[in-house]
Amino acid sequence: MTAKGDVKRAERRLALWLCAPAIIFMALVAAWPILYSVWLSFNRYDLRFPKDQAFVGLENYITVLTNEFWWTAFGVTVLITVVSVAIELVLGMGLAVVMHRTLVGRGLVRTVVLIPYGIVTVVAAFGWFYAWTPGTGWLASLLPAGSAPLTEQWPAIGIIILAEVWKTTPFMALLLLAGLALVPDELHRAAAMDGAGRWKRFVSITLPLMRPAIAVALLFRTLDAFRIYDNIYVLTNGAQNTGSVSIITYTNLVSGLNLGIGSTMSVLIFLTVAIIAFVFVKMLGTSTPGSEGRR
Amino acid sequence: MSNQQRSRTFRLVSGVVAVIGAAAVLTGCGSGTDGKVINLYNAPQENLGQIVERCNEMADGDYHIRLNTLPRDADGQREQMVRRLAAADSGMDVLGIDVTWTAELASADWILPWPDDVRAKAEEGVLEAPLTTATYEDELYAAPYNTNVQLLWYRTDLMPEPAQTWDELVATAQRLEEEQKPHHVEVTGAQYEGLVVWFNSMVAAAGGAILNKEGDAVELGQPAVEALEDMRDFARSPAANPSMSNTQEDQARLAMENGSSFAQINWPFVYASMVANRPDIAENFAWAPYPGIDGPGNAPLGGANFAVSAFSEHPEESFEAALCLRDDESQLMAAVNDGLPPTIESVYADERMADPYPMRDAILEALETAVPRPVTPVYQNVSTVTSALLSPPADIDPIEAERKLASQLADALESKGVLP
Repeated sequence: MTAKGDVKRAERRLALWLCAPAIIFMALVAAWPILYSVWLSFNRYDLRFPKDQAFVGLENYITVLTNEFWWTAFGVTVLITVVSVAIELVLGMGLAVVMHRTLVGRGLVRTVVLIPYGIVTVVAAFGWFYAWTPGTGWLASLLPAGSAPLTEQWPAIGIIILAEVWKTTPFMALLLLAGLALVPDELHRAAAMDGAGRWKRFVSITLPLMRPAIAVALLFRTLDAFRIYDNIYVLTNGAQNTGSVSIITYTNLVSGLNLGIGSTMSVLIFLTVAIIAFVFVKMLGTSTPGSEGRR
Repeated sequence: MSNQQRSRTFRLVSGVVAVIGAAAVLTGCGSGTDGKVINLYNAPQENLGQIVERCNEMADGDYHIRLNTLPRDADGQREQMVRRLAAADSGMDVLGIDVTWTAELASADWILPWPDDVRAKAEEGVLEAPLTTATYEDELYAAPYNTNVQLLWYRTDLMPEPAQTWDELVATAQRLEEEQKPHHVEVTGAQYEGLVVWFNSMVAAAGGAILNKEGDAVELGQPAVEALEDMRDFARSPAANPSMSNTQEDQARLAMENGSSFAQINWPFVYASMVANRPDIAENFAWAPYPGIDGPGNAPLGGANFAVSAFSEHPEESFEAALCLRDDESQLMAAVNDGLPPTIESVYADERMADPYPMRDAILEALETAVPRPVTPVYQNVSTVTSALLSPPADIDPIEAERKLASQLADALESKGVLP
């Protein structure tokens, strides 16, 4: 009994030793920067006034959370996230079904669909930028003369969403395709026997069985979309109230050299992302088929 | 072998030698152990290379200036510089800085104050206005390189007598609209530095200022409200181009060259462009002092100066190099080749200036009343917040905008403001 316990304890100690390098590494590259930026966010710290550095408690948070520029950026980010992820989900599902059903040239179809996702975001964004610039752009020339969509708030946000959707729908489709492959064919055949039509089978069989895959896909894309930066940086750089929270953070941190305010914003983004992740993981946990039974 | 042949051979040989020599200098400068390399970082200026070359020849091996070109936009230039300076990067020696960055870089101790002996040389014969833009807290932090003032550029066939005030400009626009003639006045109304430049001059014309002289408190108040009213009224008048809220210097220049405007507020570079692109309009193209509210106004003051990085490993040579890059001959080259107005008064009198600079007396005159932009280490914040709150000009609510500006700028001065 004791011998067995000793072995167990030794094994546990060995396990800890084996994990230690990974934990130390993670602490260095992830935990430390996060903690440091939390610390910075409680300080007045502007690189231009190194002498004025001081602990100010929650003052930076009050400043940011009562500032109209921050809330505008936050609203724009939420809007872009919700709209683009919703469109991507619908289009991605369509593409996934097409890829799933394709019998000939399956590899070719999947490769072609993935091309936009393979292009570097900044490069693709410049493509869109020039396409919508009057004088050089093929898309701008389709608009009435004199219109410059990237210089107005709503058209610019529309273009940013379009660029996001074009770029990341393939990723969504790929994740959903993996989910589609999990749906057993027998269920479909049985349901067809019972007289269920295509739409009925999709809604009552495919979708419920795909819920974990959908939740994962939504989680990934929402987290990504909320941190949108490169597309906006290239397309408008935040002019005319089109900046996202990442853009405004960069402006304050790098252009403004204000480590205090910039870190406060980073922490707020981190918290928002953590909340999104938490909500999705909860959703994912309860929606896994069979998980109810196991409880 | 005739004389002619001999001289041709000689020329050929000396040409080859010169090319080899130049190549040796170009390739050798990186690894050379004798000459010190001075890294110059400057905004794109087409013919700056010639000035650098001349200074390198004059340095005679004491140092070698290597020209590094910064991004085209001012924000990109500043960002690269401050990021590297904040990290104490020793790879930058001489910095071409915009007149609005002096306070920021100086107060952070990122650029060196000029020691008395080189300071005297850098200040000799320099005009008053550009000199103040290079000075911070009684120390000279940069050697004035070029200055700039905005003027009113107009077509004499549409406005025989130049307007002195913004109201007169609007009245002329109304008359021209009724006569169905070009009735726009181009101003830099886009959400960027140009809008701040306009506002700053308007507040000065109304007798006020954005910040106090020390740059540590907000002034604004009634003069600012008056300035904002005038800007808004102008933006809603027939004088305003419909795309005014997207107009920067270059769009203003192009609109006038297209013939759709009778006037524009702009820097002197528009003159050479007009002569080259539209000789027909150029015949009636004239300049006048910057308009004001009750009379002639105060022109915005621009320009760039050379500072020496505090992290440079060769500060002495850097001061020498900066002095050469801005001496009479360099400034004349910059003026004639690239259209940059000199800061040394005597250069204006040079006969080579006459042709490219027919407006040089107007520039000198405008420099006497020109208003610098607020002097504060947080100018970047002041500028970004101001342009965001005043855009688009047609939607300005003067009293509300003044109140918001005052509170956001006060925050910015305490470095707790948020940049949009």
